[in-house]
Amino acid sequence: METLLMLIPVALILGLLGLVGFLWSLRSGQFDDMDGAAQRILFDDDDDAPPPPGRRQE
Amino acid sequence: MTAPVALCRHCGAPLGEGGADRDGFCCAGCAAAYALISAQGLDLYYRRRCLDPTVPPPRPAADDVAAAWSEHVVLLPGGEASLSLMVDGVQCGACVWLIESLLTRQPGVTWARVNLTTRRLALRFRPDQTGPDAVLAPVLAVGYRLVPFDPERLESDERRRERALLRAMAVTGFAAANVMLLSVSVWAGHAQGMGPATRGLLHWLSALVALPAIVYGLRPFAASALTALRAGRTNMDVPITIGVVLTSAMSLWETIAAGPHVYFDSAVSLLFFLLIGRYLDARARGRARNAVEHLLALDARAVLVIEADGSRRLVPPRRVAVGQTVLVAAGERVGIDGRVIEGCSDVESGLLTGESVPVAAAPGSLLYAGTINLTAPLRLRVTAVGEETLLAGIVRMMEDAEQGRARHVALAERVAGWYAPVVHLTALATFVGWGVLAGMAWQPALLIAVSVLIVTCPCALALAVPVVQVVASGRLMRRGVLVKSATALERLAAVDHVVFDKTGTLTAGRPLLCRDGGWSEDDLADAAALAVRSTHPLARALAAAAPQARPADGVVEHPGQGLSRPDGVRLGARAFVGVPDSGESDGPGLWLARPGRASVRFVFADAPRVDAAETIAALGRLGLSVEMLSGDRPAIVAGLARAVGITDWRGGCAPADKVARLTALAAAGRRVLMVGDGLNDAPALAAAHVSISPACGADISRAAADLVFQGAGLAPVAEAVGVARRARAVTGQNLALSVGYNLLAVPLAIAGVVTPLIAAIAMSASSLLVIVNALRLSGGRR
Repeated sequence: METLLMLIPVALILGLLGLVGFLWSLRSGQFDDMDGAAQRILFDDDDDAPPPPGRRQE
Repeated sequence: MTAPVALCRHCGAPLGEGGADRDGFCCAGCAAAYALISAQGLDLYYRRRCLDPTVPPPRPAADDVAAAWSEHVVLLPGGEASLSLMVDGVQCGACVWLIESLLTRQPGVTWARVNLTTRRLALRFRPDQTGPDAVLAPVLAVGYRLVPFDPERLESDERRRERALLRAMAVTGFAAANVMLLSVSVWAGHAQGMGPATRGLLHWLSALVALPAIVYGLRPFAASALTALRAGRTNMDVPITIGVVLTSAMSLWETIAAGPHVYFDSAVSLLFFLLIGRYLDARARGRARNAVEHLLALDARAVLVIEADGSRRLVPPRRVAVGQTVLVAAGERVGIDGRVIEGCSDVESGLLTGESVPVAAAPGSLLYAGTINLTAPLRLRVTAVGEETLLAGIVRMMEDAEQGRARHVALAERVAGWYAPVVHLTALATFVGWGVLAGMAWQPALLIAVSVLIVTCPCALALAVPVVQVVASGRLMRRGVLVKSATALERLAAVDHVVFDKTGTLTAGRPLLCRDGGWSEDDLADAAALAVRSTHPLARALAAAAPQARPADGVVEHPGQGLSRPDGVRLGARAFVGVPDSGESDGPGLWLARPGRASVRFVFADAPRVDAAETIAALGRLGLSVEMLSGDRPAIVAGLARAVGITDWRGGCAPADKVARLTALAAAGRRVLMVGDGLNDAPALAAAHVSISPACGADISRAAADLVFQGAGLAPVAEAVGVARRARAVTGQNLALSVGYNLLAVPLAIAGVVTPLIAAIAMSASSLLVIVNALRLSGGRR
């Protein structure tokens, strides 16, 4: 039973990490263009990547 | 590099006979665009791109009026400026790459990003180093069309709501997974003799995870339920909200009292399933609306106003004042109502009247907003703008008609109307039955009553309809049909009568030369030599019928009348070539007169869309009667009706006549599907039971229609009706499944034997069942 005291917090924290990661990616606009992201990778040339927008434009 | 079939090296359009001597390009614009792309070293674009035949090719338009970019530039802190644009012509990842490369390689541009999903371009640049005109010039030269938009306006409430739903879905999903994990250990503990202290700990942990998530995830439902209750109605959100709140409260009470059963898992996973349905529904609708907005924005053109001092500026149509002078270039759509003060031209008013043949315009004639000026520039004195135009009058008629349709109540709402009272009365009866008749203490009686609410909580029922909607509209979207209105599919499944407009709907909206034997190949060659010099639609059709024709020299165009050559050959209207008027008028035609020879007449007809006859037959097989209403002359309408196999038709209908006909049909108990494209159809589209408009139609008709279809064929109309009917069948099955589940579970709950385990299994199983059943719609045979 003592293992529960460790395992339950571990499970919750891992789950929370996933949730926070998802909410962050949503906020930073990574779900705005699902089709484009899939194709963009095919055209990666020597140009520097455009600077990240920082905050999504409202 | 050259493909086996001669295609333009830039836009991919098939080349005619003269393709070889233009070096593999269809026009000078394409050659320039190719040179520009090569000079930048971006040739990779041509190898990587895949052209979509349903989207117009990237061909540079010579007559595109540059928009006033500077009005839309937003200055950002830090010396940068941003501009948001809609891009037309983006087809695949290669286009995204090309546009971004063309923009970011210029000095002063700090950031350019094209969103392939929404077809929008976000651009940031340093205004002290460059200007929007210079930056965007290469993109325009390659053949993309750009339209500025206001991101504030388009970043609408709907979009924000969609994001909020997604966040709520993520939070409840996290909570559902973790609470279910804890619940499984509790259920296992029941069998293996878990101590009450451990069980209590797990219950408290579940409460800790579930309650915040429930508070967060319930807000969309609670808000909608409150709105409905305030308006004195009930909807599906009322039983959902009451059920979840009661379940959570009772479970918290049980946790505090160290009781054996808590239902946090049921409450959270219920919310999770429902939010999935809501989110998918919102996203599908959002995508369709997005596509339609895109089409609308691309059509909004500015008006070129000539000031008293001779200066010219582009002004949005609603900011033009009555009495100002406006210049309308050839090929442009008229944005205001006005009287011609200078110039002669041909004007196509098909969108307003449904007539496919252009009419002549000369000083003094009145033009209406929505018509297209074809052959020569015209100066107009503005007589009406905005709300006063004939166009706005049609819009008002449309709004009046639309109010009738708002009365349609969605199936889900109707089910909710009786569902909520029945469930709540059953729960109340259970409480009274156990507490009063069976003499149980009030707490356990309340527990049983709440468990009735939990198992009946309309998880499957609330998913049954929206999931089918999502799957069906997703399937239609892949076929090029955008479903704009929430209840469109339900209404479409019920139609029994289809009314088609003629011009631009059943027909392609372009005249085609009739081979009626009244002329020889020699006559055609002579006429085409003149016709290739003109942009008049009939002349173009004539030239298209004789692609090998060599352009004649010295051709003079007399706008509104015809074409002539110095040696006396004339092509044009009857009066222009000097043929006496015989009084008969049967369709559009051109006359060819040559010195010393009898004059020849070329007759044109608006050709039906390629699959019009097939589609009408398919609709007939679906058990629908088909009718055609047109503003065009009866003789022309009759000819087309014969060609496509329609027996029931009416010609010469004004917009009001069409509405009257639809009202009469509705009064006779028919449920009418209206298919139309023009402004003259818009009120009829709004008055019909359900309506479809082609994507190439006028913006107002697209706004009025419930569904918008893309592509050159009519087949999507029959497809949409078929999918709508199957969606109705699947919805029926889903409702039956949900009701069956409730009939099974409610007696158990009333008997008081439902444990959290049974509730969780029953709820998840019924939800998955309706989702899987709905998914059957998406695949399989057409």
